[in-house]
Amino acid sequence: MKTAALQIRTPEGIIFSQLLAGPVTRFLAWFIDILCIGALLSCLGKLLFFFQILNANLAAAFYTLAFFVISIGYGILLEWFWRGQTLGKKLFRLRVMDAEGMRLQFNQIVTRNLIRFVDSLPGLYLVGGVACLVHPACQRLGDIAANTVVVSNPRITEPDINQLLAGKYNSLRNYPHLAARLRQSISPIEAALTVQALLRREEFDPVARIELFAELAGHFRSRVEFPPEATDGITNEQYLRNLADILYRTRPEASTHKIAGAAVSDPSR
Amino acid sequence: MIIDLPRFLAAERPYWIALERALDKLEAEPNYRMGLEDLQRFHLLYERTAADLARMITFSSEPETRRYLEHLVARGYGEIHETRQNQRRFFPIQWFLQTLPQTFRRQIRAFWLSLAITLAGCAFGGFAIALDPASKSALMPFSHLLQDPARRVAQEEKATEDRLAGQKTSFSAFLMTHNIKVSIFTLALGMTWGIGTILMLFYNGIMLGAVAVDYILAGQTKFLLGWLLPHGVIEIPAILIAGQAGLMLALALIGRGKRIPLKARLREVSRDLVTLIFGVGALLVWAGFVEAFLSQYHEPIIPYAMKISFGLVELILLFLFLARSGAVSEPPGDRKGIASVASRSPRS
Repeated sequence: MKTAALQIRTPEGIIFSQLLAGPVTRFLAWFIDILCIGALLSCLGKLLFFFQILNANLAAAFYTLAFFVISIGYGILLEWFWRGQTLGKKLFRLRVMDAEGMRLQFNQIVTRNLIRFVDSLPGLYLVGGVACLVHPACQRLGDIAANTVVVSNPRITEPDINQLLAGKYNSLRNYPHLAARLRQSISPIEAALTVQALLRREEFDPVARIELFAELAGHFRSRVEFPPEATDGITNEQYLRNLADILYRTRPEASTHKIAGAAVSDPSR
Repeated sequence: MIIDLPRFLAAERPYWIALERALDKLEAEPNYRMGLEDLQRFHLLYERTAADLARMITFSSEPETRRYLEHLVARGYGEIHETRQNQRRFFPIQWFLQTLPQTFRRQIRAFWLSLAITLAGCAFGGFAIALDPASKSALMPFSHLLQDPARRVAQEEKATEDRLAGQKTSFSAFLMTHNIKVSIFTLALGMTWGIGTILMLFYNGIMLGAVAVDYILAGQTKFLLGWLLPHGVIEIPAILIAGQAGLMLALALIGRGKRIPLKARLREVSRDLVTLIFGVGALLVWAGFVEAFLSQYHEPIIPYAMKISFGLVELILLFLFLARSGAVSEPPGDRKGIASVASRSPRS
């Protein structure tokens, strides 16, 4: 059974998870890397063209060695200096890490890059791709040998709650104990769903928009019941705005989320 | 449990930032060593952040902060719980003169296996050529090896012009990169439970045996030794060491007689594999030079006796290097392999 995340349990009893990168994303990142290697070699070839006039033998030798060093050393050096990332991986927000969460070692990086010779057989990473597809942790042979995995660090964006709420009165805030209970009972996926629905409200057909907000509001209303004076007279959409305000801004007009936001400035590190 | 999030964030954020800074420093400076006080502080910060993550998990509507803490704890976990040998500054001479030969000796059983497979290939190739000379075209991939040895020797010895003139450096670079690629491939094929590595070694043996017997039967032993020894005494052991690394990988995969999990077995050999393959690379760079600049020149340009002597000196030096170099400073614990490192204390 394929798992989408690698879960690591620390001796302190804390479980943290890392999202595993799929074969398609990895293939695209590799394709970018191939383009980078090609571009590097092309630049080098152009530089050596002039050198060739002076000494063709030395130029040919240099190009042969440079081709070898760049094609093999590209992945090793970049993954070492950029802590598990190449240009392609950076672009797709992927990172190589130790399969048990330990510090990535140089020998692991070298091993996974050398086993690439077998992973790329018979062409276009067929062996590696198949291994990735069938392995529960999406590891190619090089990853198995080096005990590494490639994880995905999706960009964490802060929803623009101010755009949604614009400083309007939030009747639910009059009941802080109920608001706190609501915050506790709603999962991150539900919170994200609410915000996405509000942010994309203009993209829906009018009827679909009404139906969607009615369904979402109904779902959340059943979680925690607020007194009628807090909810009567407001539309389902406004109810969801108030809900998002409570979930993402735990203090009215305070920059609570910004406190967390500043801390999450570079979560991929 | 309900947390007063604003107060919680305001109170805990300085600790997270402090941990993040400490992690940045550790990752940016691999040789950085913490003092005891810093180490205790680092541990405290990690434990506090881990505890904060545990609290955040119950506070479900803060996914960003939770994910941030997960990343922070993941990074700290790697630093705190890492038990493998610290990555010290790299000293190339020390590595070459001590680490490489020590690693070779520590994994000598895989080398004997690699040698045995190659010798079996040699025997097969030699017998095949002796019994059926027509099989030459099937056993030897290079066209210049297919012609009659006596005729080739006569041609080489009569040659008046340098056929590698103006190409020696590029030919040398080609030989180096080609042989290193073959070696890496031989290592990587260890992932086929060793089947690919065995086939590569056996096939190399077949070619070597076939060529040797072909020239010996043609009465060209002196030419053969003069031609092959200068570069072969380095190149062939290098390929055998690549085979040794491939077989180590295969043995770790198979794990026969070992009661530790696959991941631990692969972890055990990982550092040694890399040491050996870099050593192979260094040997093949030398072999490439010798093959392009010396091996291709025969009598009367260079006397065979000189070439053979050169090859023998190289062989003795290589033997002494692999058998003796770094032996004095080799700590007895290292003979147990990387596993011994696991018991060492973490970064301090």
